[in-house]
Amino acid sequence: MTSQPLNRRGFLTRVAALGLTTALGTTLAPHLARAEWNKAAFDGKSTADAMKALGASGTADSADVQILASDIAENGAVVPVQAVSKVPGTTRIAILVDKNPSTLAALFDVGPDMVADVTTRIKMGQTSNVTVLVEAGGKYFTATKEIKVTLGGCGG
Amino acid sequence: MNRREFLHLLTVASASGMALPTEIARAEASAEAFYDAPAFGNVSFLHITDCHAQLKPIWFREPNVNLGVGSMKGQAPHVVGEAFLRHFGLPAGGREAHAFTFLDYEKAARVYGRVGGFAHLATLVKRVRATRPGALLLDGGDTWQGSGTALWTKGQDMVDAAKLLGVDIMTLHWECTHGQDRVKEIAEKDFAGHVEIVAQNIKTTDFGDPVFEPYTLREVNGIKVAVVGQAFPYTPIANPRYMVSEWTFGIQEENMQKTVDEARAKGAQAVVVLSHNGMDVDLKMASRVTGIDAILGGHTHDGMPKPTIVTNPSGRTLVTNAGSNSKFLGVLDFDVRGGKVADFRYRLLPVFAELLKPDAEMDALITKIRAPYEAKLAEKLAVSEGLLYRRGNFNGSFDQLILDALIAEKNAEISFSPGFRWGTTILAGEAITMENLLDQTAITYPHVTLTPMTGAQIKEVLEDVCDNLFNTDPYYQQGGDMVRVGGMTWSCDPTAAMGKRIDDMRLKGVPLEASKTYKVAGWAPVSEAARDAGGEPVWDLVARHLRSKKTIAPPKLDLPTLKNMDGNPGTAL
Repeated sequence: MTSQPLNRRGFLTRVAALGLTTALGTTLAPHLARAEWNKAAFDGKSTADAMKALGASGTADSADVQILASDIAENGAVVPVQAVSKVPGTTRIAILVDKNPSTLAALFDVGPDMVADVTTRIKMGQTSNVTVLVEAGGKYFTATKEIKVTLGGCGG
Repeated sequence: MNRREFLHLLTVASASGMALPTEIARAEASAEAFYDAPAFGNVSFLHITDCHAQLKPIWFREPNVNLGVGSMKGQAPHVVGEAFLRHFGLPAGGREAHAFTFLDYEKAARVYGRVGGFAHLATLVKRVRATRPGALLLDGGDTWQGSGTALWTKGQDMVDAAKLLGVDIMTLHWECTHGQDRVKEIAEKDFAGHVEIVAQNIKTTDFGDPVFEPYTLREVNGIKVAVVGQAFPYTPIANPRYMVSEWTFGIQEENMQKTVDEARAKGAQAVVVLSHNGMDVDLKMASRVTGIDAILGGHTHDGMPKPTIVTNPSGRTLVTNAGSNSKFLGVLDFDVRGGKVADFRYRLLPVFAELLKPDAEMDALITKIRAPYEAKLAEKLAVSEGLLYRRGNFNGSFDQLILDALIAEKNAEISFSPGFRWGTTILAGEAITMENLLDQTAITYPHVTLTPMTGAQIKEVLEDVCDNLFNTDPYYQQGGDMVRVGGMTWSCDPTAAMGKRIDDMRLKGVPLEASKTYKVAGWAPVSEAARDAGGEPVWDLVARHLRSKKTIAPPKLDLPTLKNMDGNPGTAL
């Protein structure tokens, strides 16, 4: 290694030193505050249950919906999952973990000026299909990927 | 081979009725011609991988079980023995058959001698480089782990040896088990200006920032080439996560494509990936990511004499795998014309210690490195009456020795030993030294554990590990072998689905009960809790066992009954 790229933590430290963090914070906060808790959806015990509570019907797999995640989770307690929708007019993105006790792991409301690209960390107790559900113009689109949760050890 | 060894061999041979004059003659005659690798093209890469810190020449037996399932059945690397020779068109009975397969292992080993060793490898590297000016030497990783000296010096011995060998670029796996701080220290201090670590798939866990450069652009004979790094994707899973707590890995296929595209956009006329994915993962990646000319692979320790050519939407990608234990040197020559790779040659040269004069400077460094530890390494713990080796999907005779020692010393009913693929070989009649034992066990989390487990939990462990080996989607594989199981019989159907492969588990003929608790001994736990419990290092336990036994009879392997594997070219029992 001859040079180290400027990492984000270093950048944020510098930004904070310049007093800019408040400005960054306020642009994001209102969107988060507006989201309402959809209890029925979050109580769903299966992908079918949760989809029903979200009002999703006639769902179809779409190449315009992407789920980006590791094939094998490094740590089941915090599994990074990125959901990207290229469907025009996307208003909601949900992440569903089929085998979790409560299937719906996250629900994002997407405003008209937002890029439909969200990343979060979810908890998984066991290997499961994970589905990204996108709502756009009253229609529903999905992408599914299996994420494996393993005991570890024994490699190489 | 020197005359004394030759005469000794003749004596042994006549005593054992071994038919050998033709083989000896062949060995002697082929010595000069063997390394004649004419230069080709204008850009060359030399490739070593998975040497596992073996600085001295060693014995190494290739596996007789390397099963492929699904679309991987019968395809490289899942061919062994006669099927391997047929697949690659190699003649039976010669030096190459010995280097690449287990066939007639002991007999051939006594004819052709030890393999590997950094002093001998250094001579070969210099010889190949002399005809290929500007060639880059790439190290695929698993270099800083696998021996007593690598453990005790925290990889410093191998860092110094790699620098002297002239490694230009490397990527990582077991290096990480020295901890992320140690890896960074070596990258920033020892390697600065010498060896560049590249890894497009290691990022920080907080913001996903790159930890190393994803690739490096070099100019070889006026031609711009890129080397992209791919570290072992499942390091925090297969090895303790606490050692790389600030780093995240994964295959990162999308980022690989982005990286290759960026390198091309910056003018790279040839792009190679230095990979620690394992061969099945490399083959899948080569079929999906475009713009890669070659993936120089490792991790699965498959010594492949020829590359597999994979077609993908934009062309073709060569996939190689260069074996382990410093036994091989890969040589990839590209003829780059009109801005792209027009033609190639590839050879995987076995390092036969008796055909290569040791490089004096490297030899001196190795002697210096080992000096403080020689006495400890040389301790003879016991004599082995049989061949001891590790490689194989389900068990190896040295693993059986460890399993037996765990049961005896911990008073356990069942024992587990990890399916590592490193570890050297001991011929029948040789002493088992402390060095040999450390070659099989030297890791930074060597603790022995004794755990009460229910029958259901034991099955869950076996199913989980088995899926890491036989999942039909390579991206869900971790590239090790099956956990070795001592004291228990069981059956395995590699073609079955996850959760349905393991059956008929019995202890002394009695079926295991799902809810009954059994005493299970093991080692190499990946959890912090197990580390903090402070079990003794496994080499202390096995050394104690060996010293008390003095003589070790050929171990009887505990192997599962395999189902649906008849006729699979990946097994020869």
